[in-house]
Amino acid sequence: MEPNQLPDDAGHFDIFGGRYVPEALIAALDQLDREFATANADPDFWAELDGLRRNYSGRPTPLTEVPRFAEHCGGVRVLLKREDLNHTGSHKINNVLGQALLTRRMGKRRVIAETGAGQHGVATATAAALLGMECRVYMGKVDTDRQALNVARMQLLGAEVVAVESGSQTLKDAMNEAMRDWVASVDTTHYLIGTVAGPHPFPKIVREFQRVISTEIREQMADRYGRLPTAVAACVGGGSNALGTFADFIDTPEVGLFGFEAGGDGVETGRHAASIQGGSVGVLHGTRTYVLQNEDGQTRESHSISAGLDYPGVGPEHAWLAATGRAQYEAITDDEAMAALKLLCRTEGIMPAIESAHALAGAMTLGRRLAAEQPDADPTIVVCLSGRGDKDVDTANAYFGLTGRPDHYTGGVA
Amino acid sequence: MNPPSSASAITAAKSDGRAALVGYLPVGYPSVAGSLEALRTLCGADGETPGVDLVEIGLPYTDPVMDGPVIQRAGTRALDRGVRTRDVFAAVEAVRAAGRPAVVMTYWNLIEHYGVASFARDLANAGGSGLITPDLVPDDAQPWLSASEEHGLDRIFLVAPSSSEDRITMTAALTRGWLYATAVMGVTGTRSSSSAAAPELVARIRRLAPQTLIGVGLGVSNGDQAAEVATFADAVIVGSAFIATMLAAEDAGHPEDFTGLRSVLADLTQGVRRR
Repeated sequence: MEPNQLPDDAGHFDIFGGRYVPEALIAALDQLDREFATANADPDFWAELDGLRRNYSGRPTPLTEVPRFAEHCGGVRVLLKREDLNHTGSHKINNVLGQALLTRRMGKRRVIAETGAGQHGVATATAAALLGMECRVYMGKVDTDRQALNVARMQLLGAEVVAVESGSQTLKDAMNEAMRDWVASVDTTHYLIGTVAGPHPFPKIVREFQRVISTEIREQMADRYGRLPTAVAACVGGGSNALGTFADFIDTPEVGLFGFEAGGDGVETGRHAASIQGGSVGVLHGTRTYVLQNEDGQTRESHSISAGLDYPGVGPEHAWLAATGRAQYEAITDDEAMAALKLLCRTEGIMPAIESAHALAGAMTLGRRLAAEQPDADPTIVVCLSGRGDKDVDTANAYFGLTGRPDHYTGGVA
Repeated sequence: MNPPSSASAITAAKSDGRAALVGYLPVGYPSVAGSLEALRTLCGADGETPGVDLVEIGLPYTDPVMDGPVIQRAGTRALDRGVRTRDVFAAVEAVRAAGRPAVVMTYWNLIEHYGVASFARDLANAGGSGLITPDLVPDDAQPWLSASEEHGLDRIFLVAPSSSEDRITMTAALTRGWLYATAVMGVTGTRSSSSAAAPELVARIRRLAPQTLIGVGLGVSNGDQAAEVATFADAVIVGSAFIATMLAAEDAGHPEDFTGLRSVLADLTQGVRRR
């Protein structure tokens, strides 16, 4: 089957995907699938979404060449797709605006969402405010503690934030709790999943709303350089910014697709969130994919300095792209990501989210490899800079041992 | 010899002129040994109550999306204390030894990881009657449909108030043994009031699939509710109400004290026997 026709009608990407959910949710998933199909064929739907993207979110986002950073990437050309410049600071808004419009079409007035670092929660709270919907965000207790600023942002936007104290109290448990809410509230509520995971049709719908990233990359490359990129690269947690970055290139085999997972302390240590590199095939949150699990199939806790990548599964289409070899996935450790974060700050004056820093670190080794393999091909890598780093300043300060105090004092009375 | 069908417990109760009582407890809570003792109590092995007619043995999972806080808490503690998938077979044997049919209820990843065919074989060998699959709908169940046929196991699928007529018909056709009707839109857990959705759902199933035995679960916690559900369902399913007594006993420092469990059990067994 041609990649563009995937998933099949039941949401399968070969052996991956599907719907492993309580029967109570099937009717809502069917409704969502139908509504998306209708909306997708409706020019008015896309015109409204396009208007919001341009005039509310700030699309198209720039494609920024970063020559000083590229010196550390084997000297290849490196371009950043600036999803960090979207309203709310990341690519998450692309999907949220689309699903919020679908919610309204379905006549539902309440949205719920799960969030890890808080980026998707903030984006969902934003769209709910914009469209006058009720919004509840589930967030692991561990994450509400370490991301208090984003909790406050969501509350300011009018959302209710629920700290989830079950299980490991992180993103996967927030997703469980959102699913439980949805089982009980499905008549009036849409579960606005933030990534390309979960039961069919979510992986497909979220990909289609994130596709705009690769569509713009392709146009911007053609306009400015008259060519395709050699490779596109993105970080992969659940994998929504990566699929958005890949989508329009999947059927273009001359463009390499590279996903960088969170390697935490290193895949060999077992303390990581690299489901493709260090996991095995299983079922989690309604879909068959690569999962971090123990010998019984119990989910193992993931570890990453990046809350947004700290998830023990991955979207089923990534599992398929990895299994078929169309895309390549590598793990980036916390240390490599933090070094890349600092490097981009110092060379280009751009502070990336720690999630996106994984893609930057990956581009550094990828660039050196491409420079060695294809020296005459003028290799060009487009890296999806999925989010901005403001939310990560506390984490970065702690990691780099910064105190937040001035370097010097002057002008005072001795 | 093939294990008994779990439906036989329901038809036996029916010929008694009443609905069957189905009790759920997780293996591994308060410990593996303690859970076997609790399961024997549930079967009425101590002679203090008639016990349940059929036992659902829960196999704890890290991400149980159909379970409310009570079952989650017991499951998390069981996992923390090291319960393994293979322990469920010992639990099945304990229930069989206490003279009741046993079905397992768990999430699909654990079965898939054990190996669908291996799990079916080992469950049948332990004397288990079948499997309830809260996150596996027939659409994605092909390996389980074949394995359950091969080993003569019941496959109990769920239907919900939101299920369409087509889905009820399809699910009832592929269910073997009986059908699990979720009484409310929601997860497991006790509820003080019963919902109108349950009798409506049961009436729809009876119209669409008249031969199907129907168990109703989610929210039943006492004899009065059980008696009410028994007026329209073939079996009444109770879980959280039992487990809540065990959590309370542990919190009071007596994890092996099943006095509370016996008392809820006595109320419920009387409930399904009211005329």
